[in-house]
Amino acid sequence: MKLLITNGHVIDPAAGQNSGKDILVEDGRVAAWLASSDERPSDAAIIDASGLIVAPGFIDMHVHLREPGHEHKESIASGCAAAVAGGWTSVCPMPNTNPVNDDAAITRYMIEQAERAGLANVFPIGAITKASDGTELAEMGEMKAAGAVAVSDDGRPVPNAGIMRRAMQYAADFGLPVIDHCEDKSLSSGGVMHEGKVSLLLGLKGMPALAEEIDVVRDILLARDTGAHVHIAHISTAGAVEAVRRAKSEGVSITCEAAPHHFTLTDSAVAGDGGESASAYDTNTKMAPPLRSEQDREAILEGLRDGTIDAIATDHAPHHADEKSLEYDRAPFGITGLETAVGLAFTELVHKGVIDLVRLVELCSTNPARILSLTGRGTLVPGSVADITLLDPEHVWAFSVADSRSRSKNSPFDGREFRGKAITTIVAGRVVFNERG
Amino acid sequence: MNTEKPYRRRDLLGIRELAASDIIGILDTAENFREISNREVKKVPALRGKTVINLFFESSTRTRTSFELAAKRLSADAVNISVSSSSLSKGETLLDTAANLDAMAPDCIVVRHSSAGVPHRLAKVSRAAIVNAGDGANEHPTQALLDAMTIREHKGQIDGLSVAIIGDIVHSRVARSNIHLLTKLGATVRVAGPRTLVPKDFSYLIHDQEFAPGAKPLEVCEHVEDAIRGADVVMILRIQRERQDSAYFPSLREYSIHYGLTNERLDLARRDAIVLHPGPMNRGIEIASDVADSSRSLILDQVKYGVAVRMAVLYLATGGSAVNS
Repeated sequence: MKLLITNGHVIDPAAGQNSGKDILVEDGRVAAWLASSDERPSDAAIIDASGLIVAPGFIDMHVHLREPGHEHKESIASGCAAAVAGGWTSVCPMPNTNPVNDDAAITRYMIEQAERAGLANVFPIGAITKASDGTELAEMGEMKAAGAVAVSDDGRPVPNAGIMRRAMQYAADFGLPVIDHCEDKSLSSGGVMHEGKVSLLLGLKGMPALAEEIDVVRDILLARDTGAHVHIAHISTAGAVEAVRRAKSEGVSITCEAAPHHFTLTDSAVAGDGGESASAYDTNTKMAPPLRSEQDREAILEGLRDGTIDAIATDHAPHHADEKSLEYDRAPFGITGLETAVGLAFTELVHKGVIDLVRLVELCSTNPARILSLTGRGTLVPGSVADITLLDPEHVWAFSVADSRSRSKNSPFDGREFRGKAITTIVAGRVVFNERG
Repeated sequence: MNTEKPYRRRDLLGIRELAASDIIGILDTAENFREISNREVKKVPALRGKTVINLFFESSTRTRTSFELAAKRLSADAVNISVSSSSLSKGETLLDTAANLDAMAPDCIVVRHSSAGVPHRLAKVSRAAIVNAGDGANEHPTQALLDAMTIREHKGQIDGLSVAIIGDIVHSRVARSNIHLLTKLGATVRVAGPRTLVPKDFSYLIHDQEFAPGAKPLEVCEHVEDAIRGADVVMILRIQRERQDSAYFPSLREYSIHYGLTNERLDLARRDAIVLHPGPMNRGIEIASDVADSSRSLILDQVKYGVAVRMAVLYLATGGSAVNS
């Protein structure tokens, strides 16, 4: 089975490619790049990518697919449907399922469920500690053998520096990156939004930037000590970005990701300062880490621009409407993000001149593949897996939660208009989403 | 759900949302209702046929009684509902509760909740006028209004006064509502207390108001004495015992020594300064007993004016017109 993607503009930073090329896909892999003079195979299905960017498939290295255990919020199938509709060919689910993904059997189950759904690739992230309770190490070697690509206790970060040190030493033996949601809960406990002027105004308990920064600095020291690769999840404060920037310049093996809501919104959204449909105390502005100050948002933009931040990851965190209907301080943390991330990245980053298209592809594909050692992905060089995202930078559209593929509708971006969209999503040579019908 | 409010129905979510003229309108209306409570027959027909639901998710004897009496003295039908917040998490959401109450067509829902923002969320989905009777650490507008009424009674006006607010500022809805109200009406407010309970940048609270250049309508003081010095009004906040358990200060004893209002500290204020406390008091902790019982303390006046202020608020929320003085 052959597929020819013609007339597109190929951006593949890993291959140094940024020009018009036709791509021939055969048996799920990239077979060749064709110049205009090369002969076209007559038996290939054609995708006309005129006006589109042809990029290596986007990889979201931070999602919550809720299966097993919380299928009322999301399933692997529904999460993957949302992923491919948003341009993501691969997603990495965090282990906070029920039971926690701290065991090879659960890792395998997740991958099998994804294969059954037949949409996006799922590369699970295993737990650092058993049940993510921060005490005993989970069987990382076994989970890696089953297909896990990293370890993390995400929302229940390991508080004990001694255990985290051993976890890093052990993970390094298996070449597994350690992903950390940096939050010292002794500083943030009870908090429901960023601690700052807006929390004062609204009478809501704040989570200080310090709670994130203290853990980032701890992890930098531990990474230097252990030689493990540390990846900071959803970095959100100016101080944390600066700490990572300095650590990188000193040669520490560290990377980090930013979530679209953190480069788009600030804590003023909690007060309802987000357009005419926004209202104060909307629980779709509640996530961890929280929406920060404008100064923090600007630091995220600078980190995305200068390379301090390596990846854009959604932290897609579906929650049922009943849960999000609770009082602001009782509602769960998190928002969906798979279907809005690319629109936000184009609208807030590319079209505002923060980054160019090459950098966009690095952030969404090249770098996540490199950090997670996903060989044959994050590039379109011949021989690589034919995971491909076709993007229209000029497509104007509006997101509507009513049309979302996710089982959950907890997005603060309902009704928001974007310029730029993933038009076609191809996984292993198969079209799994196509905006053009 | 149709959430458009019938003609002239108005929410009272906080003082922050009000203009100075709105505040004065409520206070002047309350003045008019004051004498009703002194009559032999303490009832007027102003709200006859209207239904007021007191929806209290947090226990409160005084505020609930005050709202109930206010409704009854205006001839409204008042229903009290006490909901333990925990029963909500067992199934029915906050918005379910609101929708069910709304279906019974009340004219006004008075709501108190331990979570900030609950009245704002209810106002979005309810056709009844929503009156905030205290939401978490956010606002307690009727408390600020009754404090203002007490101050006006004793000082003539609020414009130009210097008001000290002492205690747990960051967790206090009383402080927030009072600061909004007093600064909107031209007073200067100085706040003080342990640094753990008084954020340095608290003056951001009133950032969206406009003041004369150089004016410092809200000042965070390093010492209690600095806040009290020269004040016309000293407002003492109730200290919650659980703050000690969360390491905001070491002990109630130490709090009373360093931050409590004693006669010595009160001597720093103007000679005719008055003392307010939203109650219930911890005698000997945030306020010395002899101060609480002195003639300068107007704590029972506050309670008395509470009924008149809530009559005015219920009357205006359900369609009455403000008195123009």
